[in-house]
Amino acid sequence: MERMNVVIVGHVDHGKSTFTGRLLADTGSLPEGKLDQVQAWCAINSRPFEYAFLLDALKDEQAQGVTIDAARCFFKSDKRHYIIIDAPGHIEFLKNMITGAARAEAAILLIDAHEGVQENSRRHGYMLSMLGIKQVAVLINKMDLANFDEAVFNRIKDDYSQFLTSVGVKPSAWVPVCARDGDNLISPSDRMPWYTGLDVLAVMDAFHKELPAENLPFRLPVQDVYKFTAQGDDRRIVAGTIISGTINEGDEVIFLPSEKRSKIAKIEGFNVDPRSSIGTDMATGFTLTTQIFVKPGEMMCKTGAANSHIGTQFKANIFWLGKTPLVLGKKYKLKLGSARVQMGVKEIINVLNAAELSSEHKAEVGRHEVAEVIFQTQKPIAFDTADEHPLTSRFVIVDGYEIAGGGIVVENRSNRTGYTARLEFDSDWQMTSIDTVKRAQRSGHSAAIAIVFGDHSKELSKAIEIALFDTKISAYRIGASSPLQWERLVEMAYILADSGQVVIAAIAGTAHDVVAVSDPLSRFSIIPIDSDHCNIDSALSAIRGRI
Amino acid sequence: MNHLDRLEAQSVYIFREAYRDFKQLGMLWSIGKDSTVLLWLARKAFFGHAPFPLIHIDTSYKIPEMIAYRNEKALEWNLNLIVGQNVDALANKQTYPDGAIDRIACCRALKADALKHTLDGTWPRWRLNHATRQLEPDTNPAAFTGVIVGARADEEGSRSKERYFSPRSQDHDWDVADQPPEFWNQYKTDFAPGTHVRIHPLLDWTELNIWEYIDRENIPIIDTYFAKPGGNQRYRSLGCFPCTTPVESPSQTVKEIIEELRSGKFANIAERSGRAQDKEDGGGLETLRREGYM
Ligand SMILES: Nc1nc2c(ncn2[C@@H]2O[C@H](COP(=O)(O)OP(=O)(O)OP(=O)(O)O)[C@@H](O)[C@H]2O)c(=O)[nH]1
Ligand SMILES: [Mg+2]
Repeated sequence: MERMNVVIVGHVDHGKSTFTGRLLADTGSLPEGKLDQVQAWCAINSRPFEYAFLLDALKDEQAQGVTIDAARCFFKSDKRHYIIIDAPGHIEFLKNMITGAARAEAAILLIDAHEGVQENSRRHGYMLSMLGIKQVAVLINKMDLANFDEAVFNRIKDDYSQFLTSVGVKPSAWVPVCARDGDNLISPSDRMPWYTGLDVLAVMDAFHKELPAENLPFRLPVQDVYKFTAQGDDRRIVAGTIISGTINEGDEVIFLPSEKRSKIAKIEGFNVDPRSSIGTDMATGFTLTTQIFVKPGEMMCKTGAANSHIGTQFKANIFWLGKTPLVLGKKYKLKLGSARVQMGVKEIINVLNAAELSSEHKAEVGRHEVAEVIFQTQKPIAFDTADEHPLTSRFVIVDGYEIAGGGIVVENRSNRTGYTARLEFDSDWQMTSIDTVKRAQRSGHSAAIAIVFGDHSKELSKAIEIALFDTKISAYRIGASSPLQWERLVEMAYILADSGQVVIAAIAGTAHDVVAVSDPLSRFSIIPIDSDHCNIDSALSAIRGRI
Repeated sequence: MNHLDRLEAQSVYIFREAYRDFKQLGMLWSIGKDSTVLLWLARKAFFGHAPFPLIHIDTSYKIPEMIAYRNEKALEWNLNLIVGQNVDALANKQTYPDGAIDRIACCRALKADALKHTLDGTWPRWRLNHATRQLEPDTNPAAFTGVIVGARADEEGSRSKERYFSPRSQDHDWDVADQPPEFWNQYKTDFAPGTHVRIHPLLDWTELNIWEYIDRENIPIIDTYFAKPGGNQRYRSLGCFPCTTPVESPSQTVKEIIEELRSGKFANIAERSGRAQDKEDGGGLETLRREGYM
């Protein structure tokens, strides 16, 4: 039978846990004796019985009558199995609401008929849209406190549907309920004959399963590369979960950002029948036809298809949960797909209060705020934008040891065309009057720029500089691992080469970055050197052939 | 993909995240059906291998078949087995079966405390030597920073609020009121020195799913879960014999157990109803869980 995760959200005390508890009780989904046990507990502790106690299992929750963390419970209708995630409504526990909601395919949002739309009714609505949950049903609860009045129901519905429209959420149903007494939960209520729509259980059964991302381009974030030699296993297996698409043995693949290519040799597995093709959502692994060096964190795509972006700068919509605000000048860790990379904030474009939808310019993003931000990563990573591929546009931000925010990439802002700034000097800037040919005659070699890239660029570039210097070539090494520094590196390389040097410029980037860095330096001979695949001798002979 | 494929894929993903980020990783193995499924999923994730130690806390009151099964499978599957025990409490007869303390205090001493000190390496622990087939003192008692545990959300109240990656303080405390956010398959893999993280790959599985998967994958399970031919008693959940009673059930095969859970007499009875200690903590086990009980 099919299964579906549904999250229950809404403002504090609007009746989410009561609804969930009552639904479990009315559908006979509680373990035998559970209801009696909770009723007995209430009697002993002289507290009125609450259905919410069936869900609010933590001692602090029962003592304070508030849900702190989302509970998962299981129940089944005639149509499918449900995991119901009862989220907390208090703003203090927004991170727990998000944790619960992010697991869901559909949401039920409750509004208290007596209190009407409140701050977290709106904030939760906004978060649903941000988390990408498209199926939402709204329950107007505690209709008993509003005399079961249709006018109250309609007023709240009008008010809230305006808000939902503005954040792009379109509810599939609006149901008036009295959760505590079970009205309209699993059968029509005779206290509200004016309501002729579906009961909540029918509304839930009408939610449809999200289609797997089979039709989106193939994406597999490389989670790890295994070689269990100690256990006598010589396979080198690239492992990960397929986010979208399908792949077959023999398909040619490309890893981003390294842009290394290979072919799928075999789909590996334990205690499964051999297969030649595997699709979306499967956690799998492959051996490749060639022994290329790929690392965890790369994105595996198919060659010749629409592939992820590679970049170091992107614009994103984010929500912030951290105890300290998101600020400029601080280092954070980005986790996107399987990539983990250091990053900083380049610009905070605007900050929004998700409950009021009012935006303002601020220097930081505070707890529970949402914002539009430009990030700069320390190394190039692969990502997609939300409109192209929502699943691989999502990321989290780690501050210290904690996940402190989440976001969606909306635009690639990386400068891929090169660094032009400050190479054309001001008109009163005075340049050399000796031309490069004369300098080459004097030194016995012409100027050139060797761009050493890859993981071993630092060691290799140092060795090259010493070897060239020892053979009386005037060589000068510079290097920077962070793309933030590359603009400056380009400018220095330009001047050093102009003065007749053989410049060895080390960057910790990929072949892709070489293009960006070398573009404004095209006046000089550019010699790209891949430090992962090239030894000192071949590097030296490549340089000597060009100077 | 059917529901078991999905559960398996999610668990495998969690295993791989844990293995990537935790250098000192271990997995608790209670010998029961859940942790045996857990071990099977590890071998799925790592293509036939279990590339980290399996930790068993021996209360000395385990049903004897459990220890025999443990040793047999550890040798057969080439597992790196580590065993820990509260040696002092047992030597001084400070246990519930000795009449010295109540059930909750006994669980705390023989399970929670033993686990705590086995994980952080402050009490002696033993490692299986595959050459001699004997347990020998562990000479490398490093603290574990990541511990994989087979807890399921459907077991009891406080577990329904667990995280896949659940941080524990220096004292192994679980701060239920302030758990990390977890979304879009990104988990808490960064942690302060001295703290560790409990990892729960089975959180979304139900008891029924466990048996369905055992059936599909043909996983060898200890036979105390099955009734003897003609008998009408079996264990539904394995613990220490003084505190675990068998259930009345004639099920002799995995398929019969599945049927019993789907529509038979156990469809609406909680799995741990045979565990006496649960009832002494307001039904929640929360106190013990906060202190590190698995
Ligand atoms: N009159 C009336 N009271 C209700 C109804 N549903 C819930 N309540 C009461 O509203 C109060 C709050 O209910 P909960 O279910 O705990 O609310 P919640 O939305 O889960 O609250 P948090 O999880 O803390 O955000 C309880 O005292 C319930 O008895 C209803 O239909 N009518
Ligand atoms: Mg609640």
